[in-house]
Amino acid sequence: MQSHADVAKLGLANFWIAFITFALAALLGLYQVLERSGMIPQLESVELYFGSVSSHGVIMGFVLTTFFIMGFGYWSAGTSLKMPVWNKRLAWFGFFLTLLGTAMAAVMLFTGQASVLYTFYPPLKASPIFYIGAALLVVGSWVWVLEMIMMMHKWKQANPGQPVPLIMFGTTANAILWFFTSLGVASEDLFQLIPWSLGWIETIDVGLARTLFSWTLHAIVYFWLIPAYLAMYTLLPRLAGGKLFSDEMARISFIMLLVFSVPIGFHHLYVDPMQADGWKFLHMIGTFMVAVPTLFTGFTVIASMEVAGRMRGGKGLFGWIKTINWDDPLVLAGGLSLLMLTVGGWGGLVNASYSMDVMVHNTQWITGHFHLIFAGTSVIMYFALAYHIWPKMTGRPLVSKSLAKAQLWLWFIGMLVLTLPWHVMGLLGQPRRISVAPYGNEVAKSWIPYEMAMVVGGVILTVSALMLIVILFGTHLRRATLEDREMAYAEPVEPVLRLPALLNGFGFWAAVITVYLIASYGYPILQFFLMDTHGTFPWSI
Amino acid sequence: MHIDATEKKWIYLTFLLTFAGMGVLAAYAVMDNIHPPSNVETVDSAALHLSKEFNEDALGVKREADGSIRVTMVAARYGFFPQKLVVPVDTPVTIRIASADVLHGIHTVQSNFNTMVVPGYVSEVNTTFQKTGVFPMFCNEYCGLGHDFMWARLSVVPKEKFKL
Ligand code: HEM
Ligand SMILES: [Cu+2]
Ligand SMILES: [Cu+2]
Repeated sequence: MQSHADVAKLGLANFWIAFITFALAALLGLYQVLERSGMIPQLESVELYFGSVSSHGVIMGFVLTTFFIMGFGYWSAGTSLKMPVWNKRLAWFGFFLTLLGTAMAAVMLFTGQASVLYTFYPPLKASPIFYIGAALLVVGSWVWVLEMIMMMHKWKQANPGQPVPLIMFGTTANAILWFFTSLGVASEDLFQLIPWSLGWIETIDVGLARTLFSWTLHAIVYFWLIPAYLAMYTLLPRLAGGKLFSDEMARISFIMLLVFSVPIGFHHLYVDPMQADGWKFLHMIGTFMVAVPTLFTGFTVIASMEVAGRMRGGKGLFGWIKTINWDDPLVLAGGLSLLMLTVGGWGGLVNASYSMDVMVHNTQWITGHFHLIFAGTSVIMYFALAYHIWPKMTGRPLVSKSLAKAQLWLWFIGMLVLTLPWHVMGLLGQPRRISVAPYGNEVAKSWIPYEMAMVVGGVILTVSALMLIVILFGTHLRRATLEDREMAYAEPVEPVLRLPALLNGFGFWAAVITVYLIASYGYPILQFFLMDTHGTFPWSI
Repeated sequence: MHIDATEKKWIYLTFLLTFAGMGVLAAYAVMDNIHPPSNVETVDSAALHLSKEFNEDALGVKREADGSIRVTMVAARYGFFPQKLVVPVDTPVTIRIASADVLHGIHTVQSNFNTMVVPGYVSEVNTTFQKTGVFPMFCNEYCGLGHDFMWARLSVVPKEKFKL
């Protein structure tokens, strides 16, 4: 029996939900690009299209991510702390609660009763069951947050003065980040959407709802991204053939990501009329602070790769790049992921600047941007993590390493082919979230070649998504057994023996975030209760 | 704490780049007097037809005493009203728009006119159109199943051809 058999079970349950729903949503993605291109007239249907985009967005944004991150968290906690899950029954309860919420939302989505997109902006109204499902999903994930905090706490009690393993430190940072982040959408859901959709309150303040949603909408992308960073910090350096360049810088980056990313959602409201531009300016400045941990991460990860390349005999200014162990899928994914992050990061600077944002706000550029950063940079690392962890969870070796590498390459290529044309179409004025372009003018004609490229990208991505499922199933069904099921995390170049308390815990940082959140969202939310506002009645789609 | 020498340089560089970026944005915001639509002004979206500013007769393009142009519009599923607008080129334009129902957004290609239209609030945008021609104005926020079909036409004409 492995010491971490219980985390393997929890981890696998979460991972299977994540990847099966992912495969389904990828097929919806394929349908969407085909429908939009107008190539197959039989597919044209706005009802189906918006039902599909709503389902695709909710699954990719909330289901794949939340389940993957929970599974990865349990697995990382169990294997790095070498501890059983704290309160196992509670952990499973959280899993089933999240699953129940997902199922409720899914039934409404698939029956067209929640075609309100993954942002569910009121006053378009979905079935109350959809909003209740969303609430259960979030509350279920809070159980996981509590689990991560408690496991780190118990471990520190048993190992006083010892540095918490880096992967656990980052995982707990992410759990805390998610808790603070999700409070925005949770309050919108609980205090506005659910009572309003049930008819308990007649009208809703759309300005307030959008403000609360913006609270969640920014930092959630760091919730999605941190597992990718964790793989790059704690697994990639060793698999590449070397060591982690700096353990302390990694911790500082996680703390900065946590503190800087939560209270700054206003770039989603740059062109909203109900918030004043002074607040938008302050949030813009805050948004740019996130560049700091991002650049630190880039440095540490690339420096670790260089360490690996040199330890394996690479010479010269760039010779080390060739000698890195690219044969490992996780190392390959790390390289591809960083490339996508670099391209996408430039786009992000445009979105984050309120002077430039007006050029691209709500155009197809935005869809291109987040597919590149999120579906590309983050999700390619989820695949690589699955390839690394699946065999250790199931005790069966990966079906085929070369198939896995081909799958990662296809995802990378497909993502570029899908998203680069979307960026261009955005600059050419195409609005996002449209199923057809019936405008019949020169502007709309200029989009056509890019629509074709988008279809090619979508097909490549779908093939890649299906390969992933084949590899995971194939691995799970194998007879062969894997001897070594232990996780080996990367060693830092300079071992860390002692750490200041601030770099080994989150109590102080949670207090900092609370103050920062009150400073940045306090008045912007309070103003709705001080102004004379007019609520809005529900509208069907 | 151990910090490598190259790492230290990178840390300085990171802060330098970040603060430089912020400085540029701040300077730009002040110098070019950039104000994204942020007028925080409420309106009863359910009763626009009764309001002085947004009733049907009041919509459209007007010339102000100072020579600038004021455009008053309503967004309602699935169109913008009025559907056709004519404005002069290189002239300051103030556009005020309100929603009669759900959330919409509107932008015009080749301009920096882009705003959300949030029920319960008036959006005000100040801009100057710098190119003549006919440009589509698209709804850019999903507002229901007819969202694809929601758009208007903006003609930007030479100053001397502009007549009210
Ligand atoms: C097979 C690969 C994929 C294809 C072909 C695809 C395609 C699309 C298309 C066509 C849209 C509609 C965009 C619009 O109407 O503006 C969309 C939306 C979306 N996609 Fe994907 N996608 C894929 C993978 C992913 C992945 C892996 C993620 C994230 C994990 C993702 C997240 C989203 C989200 C959140 C939306 C909702 C956007 C919105 O409501 O505006 N997609 N996707
Ligand atoms: Cu954001
Ligand atoms: Cu609309």
